[in-house]
Amino acid sequence: MFAQALNGLSYGVLLFLLSVGLTLIFGMLDVVNLAHGSFYMLGAYAGLALIAATGSFWLALVVAPLVVGGIGAAIERSCLRPLYHRPPLDQVLLTFGLIYFFEDLVKWGWGGRIRSIPAPDLFSGSVTVVGATVPSYRLFVIVFGLAMAGAVWLLIERTRLGSIIRAGVFDAEMTAGMGVNIHRVFTGVFAFGTALAGLSGVIAGPIQSAYPPMGASILIPALIVVVVGGLGSLKGSLVGSLIIGQAETFGKAWLPGASMLMIYLVMAAIVLLRPQGLFGRPLK
Amino acid sequence: MIARLAAFGLLAALAALFPLFFGNYPVKLLQEILIWGIFAMSLDLLMGYAGMVSFGHSAFFGVGGYVAALALTAYPGTLSALVLPPLAAGLAALVIGFFSIRVGGVYFIMLTLAFSQMFYAVTFQAAWLGAEDGIVGVPRAQVLGVNLAQPMGFHLFLLSLVALTALGLRRVVRSPFGHVLQGINENEGRMEAVGYAVNRYKLLAFVIAGTVAGMAGALYTQLVGSITPDAFLWTTSGEALLMVIIGGTGTLGGAVLGAGAFILLQSLVSSYTERWMLILGLTFILLVLFAPGGIVGVLRGRVGLRA
Repeated sequence: MFAQALNGLSYGVLLFLLSVGLTLIFGMLDVVNLAHGSFYMLGAYAGLALIAATGSFWLALVVAPLVVGGIGAAIERSCLRPLYHRPPLDQVLLTFGLIYFFEDLVKWGWGGRIRSIPAPDLFSGSVTVVGATVPSYRLFVIVFGLAMAGAVWLLIERTRLGSIIRAGVFDAEMTAGMGVNIHRVFTGVFAFGTALAGLSGVIAGPIQSAYPPMGASILIPALIVVVVGGLGSLKGSLVGSLIIGQAETFGKAWLPGASMLMIYLVMAAIVLLRPQGLFGRPLK
Repeated sequence: MIARLAAFGLLAALAALFPLFFGNYPVKLLQEILIWGIFAMSLDLLMGYAGMVSFGHSAFFGVGGYVAALALTAYPGTLSALVLPPLAAGLAALVIGFFSIRVGGVYFIMLTLAFSQMFYAVTFQAAWLGAEDGIVGVPRAQVLGVNLAQPMGFHLFLLSLVALTALGLRRVVRSPFGHVLQGINENEGRMEAVGYAVNRYKLLAFVIAGTVAGMAGALYTQLVGSITPDAFLWTTSGEALLMVIIGGTGTLGGAVLGAGAFILLQSLVSSYTERWMLILGLTFILLVLFAPGGIVGVLRGRVGLRA
């Protein structure tokens, strides 16, 4: 029971790192980035390559997100920028194309089979917490994830850059009118969001391994988190991640026959009761 | 008008005679395009006309497919092949639509997606539906006196259903009902203020689209003789969505063109290189950047065709 809750928590913080980027990108750029999961996948594979080259998980944990963020910035400037004033469906088509593109690129480079990413030596064992045996790597994920969540929180809620981002999410045009170079902020937010997705890909590696369609399969839970929490809301993606993380884990344990249903039921219930999500601004 | 009719007649004749001149693979490809064309047209009724972007249209494709598989296995006949699947899909659309149309935009996208994924989750874990292997070995039936197990019979059956769907949906979008839908797409609040029961129109559109999608699913089951939970997967909806966008939203013919382009591209590229997803992905990206409005948009721009 307690071990399940910890599993759910580690999955939850992973979802949080993923959904922060998704929610900020949506809130600010108005882009439903279907390729967000692809950046998660790119993170895992960049991590794999870096570990193979250097033997250091910790180096990969730092460098892979930077690489992914760089790719994100390049994508934003070359592909998304021309679309900001076009119908939203164009972005759907574009980001869908990116999913295909990146998934195949990774297949090309690494093949289609599942590759495991070893946990760092420091956290390869397991520990006993309150009578439950838990892989110590999971505890690391929880602590590191929560620390990152705190850092992101401080960055967005307590810094000048953060207030510009929040203003941009609230009203991008107005923010541009205040003399902020909104294009540069857009690129920055996209790069930041994708870098976090890359980071969660590296962290997830030792738990879930790396395989090409991993991006497409993580996208749906991440989108669900964003909708449950409320679009553009940081607090929403934190609370949403924790709810969905627990729902998924306990669903698997208690309702093995219908485990996959759980998160969809949670989401449908919340959207029906509160369409704008738990912390979203009221619609219209 | 007469030129157009003649052109369509010629096209229909060519499609009907196709199996006489080409082998199994091209014929199967054409039939796949026709079925996805029906599916894409039904989605375009929602997207292009009513402005409701659904990411869960696969729910109805899958329901149609599964009902056809179950019914045809138990009782191969007209009812199982032609009537029950769209009816069941329409019913599913009524229930899902009842809940989904109450929210708009991204929330509608996500709610429809959640519903279709629920079907995926249920079929994936339901032993009596074959779990992840789905239902295989579905026979083709005798429908309205035509034996569909016979290739030409199936081909003509398929062609006539595509034609009927296209004509039927064309009637729908050009009817007063269709105009109300387009009005809702342009300005929902205004239509509500003028006194239209907006939600009832949206629900009806959702049910019509679901019913037609169910027919497409049933035809797909009959084409390949099986159905798996993957039919419900969000990527199935996504691919239909791409077909509509590639063809050009808001034009039924465009949806069929988009289906054709997608499937031809996929099979053409995959026969030359293993890297078809890469090429397909790049094509979408370039298409968005350089050919907004899809194939129909390009045709109209270059050739000067008007709707």
